[in-house]
Amino acid sequence: MSDKKTITFALMDPPYENARCTTALRLINIAAQRGYDVNVFAYEGAVGLPFTKQSPHPNAVHGHDADEEDHPLPHEWIEAMAKTANANGGNLDWINCGLCVDERGVHEALDFVRRGSPADLWKWAEASDNTLVIPTK
Amino acid sequence: MASYLLIESRDPFESNDVASVYELAAGLIQEGNEVTVFLVQNGVLPARRSAKSQPLTGLAQIGAEVLADDFSLRERGIKLERLAEGIGASALDTVIDHLANGSKVIWH
Repeated sequence: MSDKKTITFALMDPPYENARCTTALRLINIAAQRGYDVNVFAYEGAVGLPFTKQSPHPNAVHGHDADEEDHPLPHEWIEAMAKTANANGGNLDWINCGLCVDERGVHEALDFVRRGSPADLWKWAEASDNTLVIPTK
Repeated sequence: MASYLLIESRDPFESNDVASVYELAAGLIQEGNEVTVFLVQNGVLPARRSAKSQPLTGLAQIGAEVLADDFSLRERGIKLERLAEGIGASALDTVIDHLANGSKVIWH
């Protein structure tokens, strides 16, 4: 029996607002490092996580320019995790809720991000070894 | 017998519904299930010996495994020697282990 697992995550929090995002990305990274197949269904504000127009900025209060500030960009982390999964024999598949994207105007996403609906989450949950839903409060 | 992982991310000093998760854990144990309570983010605050620690120690005493995310502990300056009785530190990998092994995993 193969040790390779398929795990699905459902995320709902937008970037830069709650520690749940950080924890969720930490979990996805661990699964990617193990070479698992990882599915992420992003709902509501979470569709902003792979938004490629997130950009670094300076911090005048701290006297930092954009390079010195080195502001974290979730879309870069997600891209890196996809590469990590592939390097370890796994895959990171990501579906953004299409209506949630339209509402927020965050259409510019990483290349591998697909558009879908909650029905995709149900299909993934049916096909996965396990599913973790991380809801907003 | 099923295996459950209950992930508690909320601070019981701030959220009264944390007690409901502890009650759920106790109920699942009493019905013969294996239960791990994993504390993360502000959910680790009662892992430090305090007025809110006893429910977690109590869960450990009736058979739950009670673990606190080591990263969340470090973020909050909680040293391992300050953990209440029955509570251990663990890496977040524990959650992926449970997901991979087919536990029923619930986030709160």
